[in-house]
Amino acid sequence: MTSLRAQVLLWAAQRASAAVLAICVLVHLVTIVYAVRNGLTAAEILARTSGSMGWALFYGVFVLAVAVHAPIGLRTVLAEVIGWRGRGLDVAMLAFGLLLAAWGGRAVYAVIA
Amino acid sequence: MKNDFRARNHAAYWAFVVHRVSGVALALFLPLHFWALAQALQGEARFDSFLRWTEQPLVKAGELALVFFLAAHMAGGVRLLIIELLPWRDWQKTLLTAATAFSVAAGLAFLLNLI
Repeated sequence: MTSLRAQVLLWAAQRASAAVLAICVLVHLVTIVYAVRNGLTAAEILARTSGSMGWALFYGVFVLAVAVHAPIGLRTVLAEVIGWRGRGLDVAMLAFGLLLAAWGGRAVYAVIA
Repeated sequence: MKNDFRARNHAAYWAFVVHRVSGVALALFLPLHFWALAQALQGEARFDSFLRWTEQPLVKAGELALVFFLAAHMAGGVRLLIIELLPWRDWQKTLLTAATAFSVAAGLAFLLNLI
């Protein structure tokens, strides 16, 4: 059983990351719709992102926010749907968050560098 | 009260189902999305060959579903933030309709730009 303090922290982190993600997702949706209008090509994607500090900062914040948000949400779903609770679940979700941050950071680096 | 289907068959329950299903789908898709973008590390040609693979109709259908899920999860999430964090007002009852309209509009905008 997670302590009350930990539950409040997770709740606050989920809402704070959600507020950041709402803005990031809105920008992402507009970018997606704009980007697919002539088909996706590597040249077009990289021309937009390569060397751009603005996009690097945006996607960096996006990745960090989702690395906080997704594991907390998944943790709730796993606990409620399959009854997985306790330390094992917490460690698994922490690992998932860290992996998302690492893989996401690598993806950002791939299109910016 | 028996918690049967009739008790659950209302708009707010379906909003909960959509939020949960879209959230899990997006969480599972993210590692794949990050892997795809990392193809750029192996050069523009490798990245391009992956992007050509995504032009298959079935992959595009999956992308459409993901765009809809992304819009729905965002709009549904904003609805939850408003309900949880702002004082209750009657207009908040229309948030479900607004979130649905936003999600469908995002999906249509993606589809219309694809074709």
